[in-house]
Amino acid sequence: MSDSTTETTHATLYERIGGEAAVNAAVDLFYRKVLNDYRINRFFDGADMEKQIDKQRAFFTMAFGGPNNYTGQDMRNAHAHLVKKGLDDSHFDAVMEHLGATLVELNVPAELITEAAAIAESTRNDILGK
Amino acid sequence: MTLLTVADKTYLCEKEETVLEALLRGGVAVPYVCKLGSCQTCLVRSLQGTPPELAQMGLKDTLKKQRYFLACRCYPTEDMTIRLSDQSAFYRDGIVTKNQMLNHNTMLLEIKFADAFEFYPGQFVNLQRRDGLTRSYSIANIPQQSNTLAFHIRRLPEGRFSEWLHDELETGDTIAVSEPRGHCFYLPQRSEQGLLLVGTGTGLAPLEGILLDALQHQHTGVIHLFHGVCEVNDLYRSDFLQDLAAQHDNFTYTPCLSGKFVPVGFAKGYAHDVALATLSDLKNWRVFLCGHPDMVNQMKRQAFLKGAAMRDIYADAFFSA
Ligand SMILES: Cc1cc2nc3c(=O)[nH]c(=O)nc-3n(C[C@H](O)[C@H](O)[C@H](O)COP(=O)(O)OP(=O)(O)OC[C@H]3O[C@@H](n4cnc5c(N)ncnc54)[C@H](O)[C@@H]3O)c2cc1C
Ligand code: HEM
Repeated sequence: MSDSTTETTHATLYERIGGEAAVNAAVDLFYRKVLNDYRINRFFDGADMEKQIDKQRAFFTMAFGGPNNYTGQDMRNAHAHLVKKGLDDSHFDAVMEHLGATLVELNVPAELITEAAAIAESTRNDILGK
Repeated sequence: MTLLTVADKTYLCEKEETVLEALLRGGVAVPYVCKLGSCQTCLVRSLQGTPPELAQMGLKDTLKKQRYFLACRCYPTEDMTIRLSDQSAFYRDGIVTKNQMLNHNTMLLEIKFADAFEFYPGQFVNLQRRDGLTRSYSIANIPQQSNTLAFHIRRLPEGRFSEWLHDELETGDTIAVSEPRGHCFYLPQRSEQGLLLVGTGTGLAPLEGILLDALQHQHTGVIHLFHGVCEVNDLYRSDFLQDLAAQHDNFTYTPCLSGKFVPVGFAKGYAHDVALATLSDLKNWRVFLCGHPDMVNQMKRQAFLKGAAMRDIYADAFFSA
């Protein structure tokens, strides 16, 4: 019993939220919301859906605190061309909105959603190149 | 500890080491980017040995079935023989047994092999001319007793390969054919699922194979085929498809014309637009898209927005060389 308790406390958000299976479930829902949102869909106009979906997988892996090698600098670089196109706080907020709504839809417990949102929020300055 | 064989050389994979790590350590240039199972750059194929479940997570069912797996997520549980994705394909010689016009610019080409040619209907092969010129063509039939593959070849003005196929290749000639590729094909699961097939031009070729395969597997869900061309005389296989529709209650065939003159009985507009106007909700549908890259890309997005799951969307864009 004590073993499993220790495990729970040590498990990362990524593990508690359901790992890769959770990422897979979230990606389709989230990306459909993003593409339907006139405020931000112009940033996602890349022709290749599969590549875009892979990037969304990376997004969720990161937001769930899962294994990834991205640095703040990588996030700056990845979004720099979007900042040039006008990416600002309002767009960031829209993405945060869809992240939350997606996780609610997947019945992720509220406290885990809060944790994921905090991780995503912590990237704001890097994403917006501030 | 397991043994990995790549191109006849053997590499040791230590405990708690992935196939990717072991091969990179052994000096094999496996392409990779994220090492997380996300980017799928390190996709390789097992020729022998079953890839563990983790190594196939997130892959399309059709890729799984062909034992593709991600080298970065594979902690092998047994010895494996592996082929890298870019390793040169194996070609086999086939003999041309038929070349017959289906309409004013599209030819039915049949190539026969001495022994069985295994493929999933909907896959494509590369055909190669003696001088090395190579083009991809989709297989249009389902496996035959006679080991014959069928192709629909559209003649392009000034098209180097297609003109050669049309004008110079004769029955009895041999031609080099690669092993089958691509993962746009039917799997006999969830047979109650609706199937949406949209093709432009010779994009009908792989769809015909997929359709026949699904019907042969007694697919019970509805099957909608939308074939898009410009004018009536660009259609082909219409009678055959109409007969099939008459025989199968669950199959509907809709020829779509994007040109100005649209006689009664044909839908007006681009095939994917007609399909989208006909089917309002694609949730739980399986979608197959073949032909013009613009159609394929647009429709992928639209089908997804209408509710189809990304992993239920199969596509072959006919990018030209
Ligand atoms: C996965 C895949 C599957 C394919 N399956 C089939 C098939 O089943 N049947 C089939 O006929 N073809 C198919 N193709 C296309 C085929 O591989 C060749 O690209 C095509 O036959 C043209 O080759 P070519 O050598 O005759 O023309 P090229 O000499 O390569 O090109 C001649 C000229 O035509 C232009 N051109 C190329 N493609 C087109 C086009 N579609 N429409 C208008 N102009 C074009 C080129 O830009 C160029 O200017 C497929 C392609 C891919 C990638
Ligand atoms: C909320 C915090 C965010 C995180 C954690 C995040 C994370 C990521 C990650 C990991 C990638 C993949 C990078 C790569 O490998 O190339 C990515 C790409 C991308 N992100 Fe974000 N992102 C965030 C916010 C946003 C916002 C607000 C937008 C626009 C509204 C956005 C648009 C994009 C686009 C379009 C790409 C693809 C870039 C390309 O294809 O070049 N992201 N993001």
